[in-house]
Amino acid sequence: MAEYQNIFTQFQVASAPEMGMVEDVDIGNRTKSASYSKLAGWFGNAQLGPIYLGTFGVISLACGAIWFMIIGLWFWRVAGYNPAVFIRDLFWMSLEPPAPEWGLRIPPMDQGGLFLVAGFFFLVSLWTWWLRIYLRAEALGMGKHVAWAFAAALWLVMVLGLIRPVLMGSWSEAVPYGIFPHLDWTNLFSLTYGNLFYNPFHALSIVFLYGSALLFAMHGATILSVTRMGGDRELEQIIDRGTASERAALFWRWTMGFNATMEGIHRWAWWFAILVPITGGIGILLTGTVVDNWYVWAQDHGYAPLN
Amino acid sequence: MALLSFERKYRVPGGTLLGGNLFDFWVGPFYVGLFGVTTVFFAVLGTLLIFYGAAMGPTWNPWLISIDPPDVTMGLAFAPLMKGGLWQIITGCAIGAFVSWALREVEICRKLGIGLHVPVAFGVAIFAYVTLVVIRPILMGAWGYAFPYGIFSHLDWVSNTGYTYGNFHYNPVHMVAVTFFFTNVLALSLHGGLILSAANPGKGKVMKTPDHEDTFFRDIIGYSVGTLGIHRLGLLLALNAGFWSAICIVISGTIWFDQWVDWWNWWLNLPIFANVHGGING
Repeated sequence: MAEYQNIFTQFQVASAPEMGMVEDVDIGNRTKSASYSKLAGWFGNAQLGPIYLGTFGVISLACGAIWFMIIGLWFWRVAGYNPAVFIRDLFWMSLEPPAPEWGLRIPPMDQGGLFLVAGFFFLVSLWTWWLRIYLRAEALGMGKHVAWAFAAALWLVMVLGLIRPVLMGSWSEAVPYGIFPHLDWTNLFSLTYGNLFYNPFHALSIVFLYGSALLFAMHGATILSVTRMGGDRELEQIIDRGTASERAALFWRWTMGFNATMEGIHRWAWWFAILVPITGGIGILLTGTVVDNWYVWAQDHGYAPLN
Repeated sequence: MALLSFERKYRVPGGTLLGGNLFDFWVGPFYVGLFGVTTVFFAVLGTLLIFYGAAMGPTWNPWLISIDPPDVTMGLAFAPLMKGGLWQIITGCAIGAFVSWALREVEICRKLGIGLHVPVAFGVAIFAYVTLVVIRPILMGAWGYAFPYGIFSHLDWVSNTGYTYGNFHYNPVHMVAVTFFFTNVLALSLHGGLILSAANPGKGKVMKTPDHEDTFFRDIIGYSVGTLGIHRLGLLLALNAGFWSAICIVISGTIWFDQWVDWWNWWLNLPIFANVHGGING
């Protein structure tokens, strides 16, 4: 019984590494070697690398590193260049956006200007990474589903750091860069606008967040339970249904009267996952711009008690 | 209607845990089994009691109907029906239905000769629910600490329970749980997107292979966890999200009673830097 549960890979076979499909990829940009990790091999593929570097990948990583270093150097300054203080206060430290009186103007570096500079590099890093994902799929002749899913996440990032601050007329609305400070921002955002739990788009976002955990638990568990019959070879099962797909489908049909197909479950997965940031972004965007107090709004619309 | 083209050969007797062949049959697409019967019993009874509670309550507004647990002053006693007794019976029905459902899943797995991953995973969800409505209330000494059954009333409970401990985001286990939830969504979108992008390359193009999937991910991040590994990863992320959510709330009010922001003082008080001046906490 236990050997069928397939929690870890029990035998690892090593041969020459797979250097990848070529299709339309400029393999001059792909690294030339790969290595193996026994640890990774217990869980998934053992092979590490190769990786594709390319113009947008390099720009993205460089801008991401600059964004990270700007924040780190600001923290280093806040720590008074003392390593003990830096480590002690790391989670408390913050690179704050400009104060409200600056509106959408650009303040001096030590009053929020640096936050805007960091934000610029963050923006470039994320969008060039999006281009990288799109172009890698294009070069391999694949669909762009991963790129559009990443675009959904970027929508939420853009709403939080750019679109909503612009609509509110102040950079001070943006989320600060810091571990505890961004949690304080989240908490204060809910309190300021009358309990975000009464924001219907926040509710939808949470539904899809929890729904995504439910779906991945269901899907991951279902596939693992039929790996003995080759169920993890999903692409092959999509076009040539084997007993793994049949049993996986019948499990859910007999359990809850409905089953997805081997391809359809991935459409459920994709939609649930991208709707988390899409609905969440709508909820954030409406807050303070269209709706000032979600509890009062809920009372007006019949889903909060009138006291 | 109910039978798929390939289904007949899979509908075999046997594999039951309890009840032998007594309930070993299907109704439409649904497998029944002894645990199907107990699932229906608990689910119907619980649902009827919720409607009864709603009928006795102040509103039929579906957003506002709420079946509340007993008051905290009643401790762990049985309460009169309209003062939390309904909530207690409904909770029993819910646990009965959930556990029956899990055991019915085990029977279906045995019938199909597949692994037990799904019922085990569902068990983690049941554990999280039981933690909220049984384990934590018992540890704290009153059913009143459990959450009410209502759409917005349970959100109010989350809000109030959270703010009892200040800004709940500072709860380190809550941080772990949220991280698992977000990572799960990321992984789910990547997995769903990857399969769809290989299966649907666009008009006129030939469908791609698992080798393309590996190549795509190695090109992007230098590692592809693989067709088997991604399902282990997804299950691991999802179950940890549920598990640590349960842990983060059960420790609040049982072993930690203050503001969660103060929990971090142990770090600030480490002797290596506790007395160093400067920065934010100096």
